[in-house]
Amino acid sequence: MRPSEALLICEHCDTVYRRRALARGEVARCARCGFELDRHRALGVNALLALILTALIVFVQANMWPIVTLGLNGQYSATTLWGMIITMWQQDAQVVAVLAAATLFFFPLAKMLVLGWLLWFGRLGRRAPGFAPLMVGLHYLGPWTMSEVFVLGALVAIVKAHNYFDVVADPGIYAYAALTLLITIFAGVDLRQLWHQTPERSP
Amino acid sequence: MSGLPRATELGLIGCHVCGLVCRSVPGDERLDGDGVHDAMACPRCGSTLHRRKPNSYTRTWALLIAAFLLYIPANVLPIMRTASLNDIDDNTIISGVVELWVKGSPDLAVIVFAASIVVPMLKFLSLSMLLLSSGRGSDWARPQRAKLYRLVEFIGYWSMLDVFVVALLTALVRFSVLSRVEPLPGVIFFGLTVVLTMLASMSFDPRLIWDGRNTDD
Ligand SMILES: [Zn+2]
Ligand SMILES: [Zn+2]
Repeated sequence: MRPSEALLICEHCDTVYRRRALARGEVARCARCGFELDRHRALGVNALLALILTALIVFVQANMWPIVTLGLNGQYSATTLWGMIITMWQQDAQVVAVLAAATLFFFPLAKMLVLGWLLWFGRLGRRAPGFAPLMVGLHYLGPWTMSEVFVLGALVAIVKAHNYFDVVADPGIYAYAALTLLITIFAGVDLRQLWHQTPERSP
Repeated sequence: MSGLPRATELGLIGCHVCGLVCRSVPGDERLDGDGVHDAMACPRCGSTLHRRKPNSYTRTWALLIAAFLLYIPANVLPIMRTASLNDIDDNTIISGVVELWVKGSPDLAVIVFAASIVVPMLKFLSLSMLLLSSGRGSDWARPQRAKLYRLVEFIGYWSMLDVFVVALLTALVRFSVLSRVEPLPGVIFFGLTVVLTMLASMSFDPRLIWDGRNTDD
């Protein structure tokens, strides 16, 4: 079994293509099924690392700061992400608590840390310790982060609460919105490219 | 035979996890993805190599049916209770949408309706259709079916919207006896439905759309 680096197989229909370098802004699509095979990546490793570091800082803020404050007759009530998760657990909705903790906290955090770790070593031209299993892990984590859904959910909750309470949007929700933007930028990172960029055998 | 060769015709196999192109052993049924004799591993990432996702039809059907069964209580049972001094009100997904519409936010009502009702229904219908047509090896509207699959995969997780709305309102509306929000079992069923539909669309193998008969080549 001899792996061939010169070929590329469409993930969605199994059509085989010869790999070629793409020019700036170019996107290669499968001629059979239209799936995006490859695209030119404008961001270098350093830019990506900077983005991930920024995203990590924003992530910490999004999780520490309150998201929304409600007021009713002079009483105030605010919550953070973890406040929400703990409340759901105590209210016998443990399934929801676990889903929220995983898709809004643990998975996004793991994704950023692992990607940062891999890119840090990639920048030095090496494969990070645990490279292969971490790459496999990232592949499976892919669709299970939902920060952007949470931002929309917070918006809906604010509008609903607005009919009965005084609503103040807190810094946490803005941090979340910023995080969503950052995540969409580096969601475009082509993981498979990392396999090619670093040599097969690391020291 | 068209000008676009497929991996099987060239004796190749692509790793489903890392994309590495490997030489396939013709006739080796371990690679057919029946999940029984999984023995060959990708030399690069160590994942098991399959021509097709293992047991794609059975797994996708099972997850889809389970998701549909949970979707019924998710819609029938209330997802959230709002309690104030003189009034207790139980909301279902639909009554939440109606409330948004009536209280003057029709745009958000449409978004919530799309995420909670349209997206799951679209997933049930699309995946069933893809499973049935691919199972028959049909070559009907293949590019459109491929596109539909990508759409379903792309929008699936937005259904979690209502779950987060309930969670956030529960954590926020805690004014002792004056006003409280509590989650009700419907929201748990709904969260599980979303997870199961996501797993269902992941276990469907879009390569199956292109297998089978070719009348146009
Ligand atoms: Zn394709
Ligand atoms: Zn692999």
